[in-house]
Amino acid sequence: MNKTYDVAVIGGGPAGLAAAIKTADKGLKTVVIEAMNRLGGIPIQCIHTGFGLHYFKEDLTGPEFVYRFIDKVMDRDIDLLLETYVEEIINESMMSKKIKIISPKGSWIIESKTIIYAAGARERHRYEIGIPGFNVAGVYTAGEAQAMMDLYGIMPGKKILIIGSGDVGLIMARRFVLEGAEVVGVVEILGYPSGLTRNIVQCLQDFGIPLLLRHTVTEIKANNGRVSSAIISEVDESLNPTPGTEKEVKCDTIIIAAGLRPRTKLLKKMGVLIDPRTRGPIVNDYLESISVPGVFIAGNALVINDYVDYAVEQGETAAESVHEYIENKGVLSAEWRKVIPGSNILFVVPHYVSGRKDVVLYSRVSRPLENTYFQIGGIGKKIPLIKIMPSTMLRIVLRKTELSKYIGDIVVEAVEK
Amino acid sequence: MKSYVEKRVICIICPRGCEIRVRLVDGKIISVEGYSCPMGKKYAEQEVCSPKRVLMTIVRCENGDLPVVSVKTSGPVPKDKLLEISRYLAGIKVKPPIRIGDVIIRNVLDLGVDIVATRPCMPVENKYSDQK
Ligand SMILES: Cc1cc2nc3c(=O)[nH]c(=O)nc-3n(C[C@H](O)[C@H](O)[C@H](O)COP(=O)(O)OP(=O)(O)OC[C@H]3O[C@@H](n4cnc5c(N)ncnc54)[C@H](O)[C@@H]3O)c2cc1C
Ligand code: SF4
Repeated sequence: MNKTYDVAVIGGGPAGLAAAIKTADKGLKTVVIEAMNRLGGIPIQCIHTGFGLHYFKEDLTGPEFVYRFIDKVMDRDIDLLLETYVEEIINESMMSKKIKIISPKGSWIIESKTIIYAAGARERHRYEIGIPGFNVAGVYTAGEAQAMMDLYGIMPGKKILIIGSGDVGLIMARRFVLEGAEVVGVVEILGYPSGLTRNIVQCLQDFGIPLLLRHTVTEIKANNGRVSSAIISEVDESLNPTPGTEKEVKCDTIIIAAGLRPRTKLLKKMGVLIDPRTRGPIVNDYLESISVPGVFIAGNALVINDYVDYAVEQGETAAESVHEYIENKGVLSAEWRKVIPGSNILFVVPHYVSGRKDVVLYSRVSRPLENTYFQIGGIGKKIPLIKIMPSTMLRIVLRKTELSKYIGDIVVEAVEK
Repeated sequence: MKSYVEKRVICIICPRGCEIRVRLVDGKIISVEGYSCPMGKKYAEQEVCSPKRVLMTIVRCENGDLPVVSVKTSGPVPKDKLLEISRYLAGIKVKPPIRIGDVIIRNVLDLGVDIVATRPCMPVENKYSDQK
């Protein structure tokens, strides 16, 4: 393995696959490094529909969606390293990165000019959401339970309580019922569900599954080392459990569907700066880290995407950027303009724009809002929003011509009418 | 006396989730409001008369690279049949190779739709290769 790649794509999920297809089509020597023994990432185990509405204008299941990319990767001259885990990335110079990998065949180093980092996200676990107690059998994250059931055909339990009303929690509730389990409820600490209304309807209401808003699990009880019940309490305005509201709910399994966090351990180690708002890397509009040149980030490793289509779009942007980077020996320096999240905005990605090309902004509001304008300071762009929740990612395209109308920082705000 | 009802339906066709109001007189639809596209109108009419869903689930696959293959119904089925189909499929076993789009069961439970594969499953000597 003594060759130097133009680009090493880390992670063979939708973002990584879309990136690799594009870099290979541009004639760049490409390798995809994937830790699992198959390509595809998360969608392989998401057997529900809801994939590809934007990209293919079709409603596909996760595997149907991602196999369209896998097939294209297979048709191209792309090196694949499966069951290969990236342990470390070392930034030697602008045009040289060393990647330490481990696989069943041993551990060695791969060299590449650039990196597209598309390692996806990790799930938040129970201790991160403050559910104390001993580590007992029967507590799984939603992703673990999904893999057990829908990849390996093993039921995680019979009587299930789900914590978290995001789309992942809702979709899993329906899957459990269809597989013959009983879902005793979905517990949500906030006063509103964080998943899409369509999923409240077709996953909970269709099957009569109760949704407990403003509730949290304060204790997990076990019997012989396995979950036997959960204590559920109401929470007050500041999300603290209200004493005296405790209820015991019998269940043998607890599913934590408490959201995702970009996987950034490897990035941090190599000096990539992290945005405390997205918990992902700070990037420019080439999706390149602002602190480590030649490292591009796409998909859920960059920002948690509601839609796979956006992860794919970021993968393709990163691929374009790598092409330019190699042609020009670096991203051409620019007067980087800062993108600033203003009032009611949780985050905006990317963090800097060059003004040299159209840019797609991904953003979320910080609280549920009605009758608002999403506005971009200086540029005079105003987008009316009838109703917007923090759980809905906004995608806004800023044209190069719009960007050139104004010089200075770009302030993004959501203002009520 | 005419019976007059208004039903609220949340459209599940796309993530926008429009709230659609359907007015019925004596069980007949007289007006549909609040949809943003024709698909939504059709869905709302369907939903108040006979709600339908596409079922997505798994069936067992013997000696495949994964022990289950994911499937869906080729079209929507009556909502109250979802569990019945799912229970029926729990007893089905298939063999690899299976490709995306392969028909697993024709005209399942005489509902006029097929069960089709949504994930490939290839034969493997060494079963569950990722558990080695
Ligand atoms: C339960 C669930 C349901 C969803 N439903 C929908 C839906 O209905 N519609 C929709 O549009 N989107 C949906 N999504 C979102 C969609 O799955 C994601 O947006 C998409 O998978 C992100 O792609 P990715 O390539 O960034 O990450 P992933 O799909 O997570 O892929 C990352 C890959 O990187 C690999 N990897 C990680 N670390 C390393 C390492 N160190 N070395 C080598 N490889 C590594 C992983 O094994 C994985 O294969 C859902 C997500 C979840 C969790
Ligand atoms: S009516 Fe049209 S736009 Fe509205 S949710 Fe249904 S499909 Fe989407």
